[in-house]
Amino acid sequence: MSAVIDTHHHDHAHGPAKGLMRWVLTTNHKDIGSMYLWFSFAMFLLGGSMAMVIRAELFQPGLQLVQPEYFNQMTTTHGLIMVFGAVMPAFVGLANWMIPLMIGAPDMALPRMNNFSFWLLPMAFGLLVSTLFMEGGGPNFGWTFYAPLSTTYAPPSVTFFIFAIHLAGISSIMGAINIIATILNLRAPGMTLMKMPLFVWTWLITAFLLIAVMPVLAGVVTMMLMDIHFGTSFFNAAGGGDPVMFQHIFWFFGHPEVYIMILPAFGAVSQIIPAFSRKPLFGYTSMVYATAAIAFLSFIVWAHHMFTVGIPITGELFFMYATMLIAVPTGVKVFNWVSTMFRGALTFEAPMLFAVAFVILFTIGGFSGLMLAIAPADFQYHDTYFVVAHFHYVLVPGAIFGIFASAYYWLPKWTGHMYDETLAKTHFWMSFIGMNLAFFPMHFVGLAGMPRRIPDYNVMFANFNMISSVGAFMFGVTQLLFLFIVIKCIKGGTKAAANPWEGAEGLEWTVPSPAPYHTFTTPPEVK
Amino acid sequence: MSEQQSNKPVVTRLVLTVIGMFAFGFLMVPLYDVMCDALGINGKTSGTAYRQDVEHIDESRTLRVQFVATRAQGMAWDFNPDAEQLSLHPGETREMLFYAHNPTDRPMVAQAIPSVSPAKAAAFFHKTECFCFTQQVLQPGESVEMPVRFIVDPALPTDVKHLTLAYTLFDVSERMPDKLANASAQAH
Ligand code: HEM
Ligand SMILES: [Cu+2]
Repeated sequence: MSAVIDTHHHDHAHGPAKGLMRWVLTTNHKDIGSMYLWFSFAMFLLGGSMAMVIRAELFQPGLQLVQPEYFNQMTTTHGLIMVFGAVMPAFVGLANWMIPLMIGAPDMALPRMNNFSFWLLPMAFGLLVSTLFMEGGGPNFGWTFYAPLSTTYAPPSVTFFIFAIHLAGISSIMGAINIIATILNLRAPGMTLMKMPLFVWTWLITAFLLIAVMPVLAGVVTMMLMDIHFGTSFFNAAGGGDPVMFQHIFWFFGHPEVYIMILPAFGAVSQIIPAFSRKPLFGYTSMVYATAAIAFLSFIVWAHHMFTVGIPITGELFFMYATMLIAVPTGVKVFNWVSTMFRGALTFEAPMLFAVAFVILFTIGGFSGLMLAIAPADFQYHDTYFVVAHFHYVLVPGAIFGIFASAYYWLPKWTGHMYDETLAKTHFWMSFIGMNLAFFPMHFVGLAGMPRRIPDYNVMFANFNMISSVGAFMFGVTQLLFLFIVIKCIKGGTKAAANPWEGAEGLEWTVPSPAPYHTFTTPPEVK
Repeated sequence: MSEQQSNKPVVTRLVLTVIGMFAFGFLMVPLYDVMCDALGINGKTSGTAYRQDVEHIDESRTLRVQFVATRAQGMAWDFNPDAEQLSLHPGETREMLFYAHNPTDRPMVAQAIPSVSPAKAAAFFHKTECFCFTQQVLQPGESVEMPVRFIVDPALPTDVKHLTLAYTLFDVSERMPDKLANASAQAH
């Protein structure tokens, strides 16, 4: 460990190393944060391309472009890449960049481990993507990889899929340990827990969720590995195992996982809305407690994904009410965001546009979630496009818009330049219209009975599906505009002041823009 | 220096939590079985023979028990119950025969997995003898009659009037190499 400190002291005067090795060996939180963000954007485009294949096939009923086997691989890898490759690393990237700046720390607590946890990701996803080119194809059993579909009936490449999940899981666990250690140990003097910015708070809680459930995910894929190769019968009924048990273990991980993808976005939005309302956040303390309450409840609702597998009626009722209970702390948050805006001096720059859209559209996703939580109704909705509509409303305008809002908000700090506001607003409106066109009609076809994970459908769903596909293409193409905006902003633009936003508060705005390679080497004093 | 060292306690605790949660994932397996057993959920019936102490028949109630035999995917045997259903009183010991036939040209080992619905009746469905307690070995072309003897507990909730006992038959030849070897030896 002392070696870390030594290199650190040497580096001080020099700034970043030259050449490619800078990126391979870096232990600097800003470098690593940037790598996470670029990696996640690459995965977003890759997973997005797969979504384009799906939507192209579903443009019309009948089979046009791909065969069902390949279609299944597309839905599965799209889901896996978006969840583990795009959203989670994007938030870890934001955490790396911003948490040290927000709490006045010189770097992350464990810089070397930080480097390692990043570099595990390209390996994990290289492995995952390579399975698509293997004999028998890649994973085709859905991102939820229910056994025994993913064991007994899986393509041979499933073993590599399992290792990919192991690697991505180890990476997240190390990232979470690092974030917790940083927040607990490296806060500047005077930065008490209840003075921490909300982004730091939500990440602290997210990191604890990761620590609690990523090992369970590792466990369940290990059981699959043993069933496949070592003759155990965890999930094989013939040997005394139980397929339903797979679902319990998976969703014990899976439900907290959806909060892992959304809590950091809650935090980011809680930074951005006050900045563009020129008012302090309404109800800071209640925000912290609401986040903690959501995290706690996320452990006791998992079986709402399993209402139809045949659980006892008391179980159905328990999981139904527990799930609905989550609406309470979530409602507190939405109330606080709206109250922050109420009578504020609002302006709508790109970060604020994305943040406001987040509040509105995430709430729509929350409402469809409440509908799905009603156990008797879920027998109708389960495994239909209604579910697809629901989780895309919480993931795309939720997680992804949260990431876009953060990116625009902090780009001036990262690059030292203002991004092109007109282009950014175009990006926003195209994304907003595109995603609503793509996902809103899915509610209707879902309620009318169109199943999910299907390459062909009844002609009665044709019109809505065509609208969905047009919206999806629009959303997809627009993301290239985002790439352009970011590159343009890195290359040049209006110089950004240390604090380019009139109403933004926090330590990150006290350092110059772009943030120097080393910041807060002497801790700031927080009053 | 001191900063780095102060990370140690936190990191140690977190790593221990990670290990603990990994173990917890595996602990969920026995926990799940215990829960299913204790609460009689999931349609699981006991894997061992039930021993009845005092016979008590409740003639005031008549129940219908249906029998279902299914073959798992890829299982070639013929497999069906002697009758589709029977009527009984709670507490009465009854028997049903299942037929199995191996039409292939190789010895095979099979395992039947029972399930009772409605799930809440599973805890009240007692088998005193069942072919599902062990594996079945059949030579090529061989047939067998397999009995299951059972009692429905008089404590069965009164709203249940109709039960289904379903068996799924799995080919476990590959998982049971010793049994298969024995069987092959007999065949020669
Ligand atoms: C570019 C925008 C997106 C489009 C057009 C899109 C489209 C789709 C479609 C059509 C499906 C359903 C496939 C089927 O059931 O047959 C799907 C599944 C899914 N998507 Fe997306 N998606 C997008 C973005 C995202 C994002 C950002 C995430 C996550 C963060 C995500 C996560 C998932 C997941 C988890 C599934 C389920 C996969 C499965 O059924 O196993 N998607 N997507
Ligand atoms: Cu859930």
